[in-house]
Amino acid sequence: MEKLDQIFVTLKALVLGLVPEPFQLPVSILLSIVPIMLVFPGMFALTTVAERKLLGRIQNRLGPNRVGPFGFLQWAADGLKTITKEDIVPRNADKVVHFLAPVILLVSALLAYSVIPFGRNMHAIEIDAGILFFFAVGAGTELAVFMAGWSSRNKYALLGAMRAIAQMISYELPLLLAALAVVMAVGSLNPVDIVAAQDGGRGWGGVVPNWFVFTPWGFVGFVLFLIAAAAESNRSPFDLPEAESEIIAGYFVEYSGMKFATFFLAEYLGLFVICGMGVTLFLGGWHAPFPWFWCDWIPSWAWFLSKLVSIVLLYIWMRGTLPRLRIDQLMNFAWKFMLPMGLINLVVVGVWKYTRPWDYFGAEAVRWLVCVALLAVPYFLLGRNLMSHRKWGPRTYRYAE
Amino acid sequence: MNLPGKGIATGMVQTAKNFLGSYVSKERMVTVQYPEERDKAHEAARSFPFLVFDQDPEAGLRCVACKICEKECPPQCIYIVMQRDENGKPTKQPETFDIDVSVCMSCQICVEVCPFEAIKMDTEYEHSEFDRFDGLLRGKDRLAKSNDYYHSIHPTEAAEVDERLDKERKAKEAADKAKAAKLAALANKAANAEKIAKDAAAAKGKGE
Amino acid sequence: MIMDAPFLIAASLTLLSAIAAISLRNLVHCALCLALTFIGLATLYLQLGAQFVGLTQIVVNVGAVAIVIVFAILLTRSGDSSDEPRFNKGAVWGFLIGGGVFGALGAAINASSISLKAAAVEPSLTVKQIGQELMGRYVLPLEAIGLLLTAALIGAVIVAMRETPREGGRK
Repeated sequence: MEKLDQIFVTLKALVLGLVPEPFQLPVSILLSIVPIMLVFPGMFALTTVAERKLLGRIQNRLGPNRVGPFGFLQWAADGLKTITKEDIVPRNADKVVHFLAPVILLVSALLAYSVIPFGRNMHAIEIDAGILFFFAVGAGTELAVFMAGWSSRNKYALLGAMRAIAQMISYELPLLLAALAVVMAVGSLNPVDIVAAQDGGRGWGGVVPNWFVFTPWGFVGFVLFLIAAAAESNRSPFDLPEAESEIIAGYFVEYSGMKFATFFLAEYLGLFVICGMGVTLFLGGWHAPFPWFWCDWIPSWAWFLSKLVSIVLLYIWMRGTLPRLRIDQLMNFAWKFMLPMGLINLVVVGVWKYTRPWDYFGAEAVRWLVCVALLAVPYFLLGRNLMSHRKWGPRTYRYAE
Repeated sequence: MNLPGKGIATGMVQTAKNFLGSYVSKERMVTVQYPEERDKAHEAARSFPFLVFDQDPEAGLRCVACKICEKECPPQCIYIVMQRDENGKPTKQPETFDIDVSVCMSCQICVEVCPFEAIKMDTEYEHSEFDRFDGLLRGKDRLAKSNDYYHSIHPTEAAEVDERLDKERKAKEAADKAKAAKLAALANKAANAEKIAKDAAAAKGKGE
Repeated sequence: MIMDAPFLIAASLTLLSAIAAISLRNLVHCALCLALTFIGLATLYLQLGAQFVGLTQIVVNVGAVAIVIVFAILLTRSGDSSDEPRFNKGAVWGFLIGGGVFGALGAAINASSISLKAAAVEPSLTVKQIGQELMGRYVLPLEAIGLLLTAALIGAVIVAMRETPREGGRK
């Protein structure tokens, strides 16, 4: 089923062949960009409806079910509503910065899509330092959040922006460390190489894929990556900066109409791109899990999309289950649990790679045992450290003299 | 054992059970899809008063226009005008009985003070009108509803009220009958006494 | 490479945003223009083929340094525009001295051997090579810088902690 797999690549080559020589570069760029800009906002639209319906089912109620069959045109109603809303800019607000904040957020989120391989030979750009590009572009997100919070001249927006930036910076380190573990294992920063290194399978007839998530350090790295990604895109249980019941919408409280929709869109697009990076790094990118014959009939981009969708569903499930973390709980978790685990994960990757040449009998089991022990013991110790409640002493009163 | 992460795992399992269970068992879903389905109100629900009539909406109306509810209503939303016949004598019927929906606060005081069980609380809650002022003034024709309707919305209460009214009516009938019998006995006695006096006068006249 | 369009665009972006960063009235605007300057520098690095340095420039400078500056502005609330004149009386001397230093540096670079070399084919510098150099030849400066940064971090934590003394039973 090679044709279905490469259908988009061949389509692009066809169209480029029809275009005269001087226009080939712009048209090629457009053809790479436009599908991304159509598919992922479309996925955003469906995800908003699916999220509301799935959350509803988790909470023993129906989600929206009036607009369209089973409510699946709700995104159109929401979109029309936000477009036709009045765009209110506070009088004291910094107009230029207020306008640019959603723009920069959206641009950063969209730029990050260019290095992710969506299928075989289906990446927009191949940069040698692709992972670094991805995180560099993520830095623009934090700046945009600050701009949004500051320009609104609203102390709650400012507070929300400060908390959001603190959260994003704190969780960027575990994110980078988790990605770094994979880079260490592969030896290249190029996402295409990383996906290629997860080819094949081992075990009886290849039933266990070679994906990094099935190694001890990969599993821990994946969990760290998922948690840090939820915190980066301000998603429950880390959505304190934008929670409706805490700080009304945090840093984008002064935005209405299309700008609010842009923030919303950029946030979800950021979620998708980080999940896409997680799939690339840990879940084998566009590889099928098993080398069986029917897995080849499903195209590589379909495998990528299904993995992406399953991670997004996992996030929706987490949102419906976990209560929101307080800001000090969040920060404690990032600095006292995830950072040490990330560093230990790096050490374990080193141990894993170092012990690879062992090939005496039972070497695999010993390798696994050593690596799992090296990861499980700190997990328990750090976890119990976090779970031990602070010693609240007897209450003391300080009266004014 | 106090595993870190155990709570999260238990929580996720529980929500997964909720999610899958919501497709399987219908009684998990508490959503009432409003215009198509409506929840039946509880028996003790109250929203707005109505007047009870026994068989006929005009003659059977229990209200006698005593105006006690108008006096007792805290926001003063009831307006009653008693009906008078051609001579100016009050009949025991209200000519106008208006309640303002926008003022009534459903406190049920009018129900509690009515001595004739004529005004009771309805459970209907869809009161929206298109006209903000006159449309919200409910008159006697809209307020009068039959006793059967009362039974259907507040069965226990209506049964109690009916029992009480029956008892009162029987007591009144018995009292009436006793009074009539007494009067009849008195009239008999008077008629007897008259007859005896007439007889005596006739005998006396004949003896001369 | 010197005078073609991408270089001109990147260079003018960098220069203009640098000038804006020192001369705008609103402090937050200055910080944002500084971030823009860093991005301009990063594009210059990328045009020279140094992918790692350029992208790390964005991650570190825009993602961390600019955020630190922004946090400082946020926490000290000095973002309100001040009415003082932007250039004080010593500005002329400042410009003269700055121009002098620039001229000296430019003359030194021009006269050195770098500009005489033909534009040789740059060896593609991969991240692997940088890593090997760092861990091989330059490991001592790397560790020294690590120690320095750790000291700075600990110092910052101590300074921040000392500002809020707590009494009572709470830790």
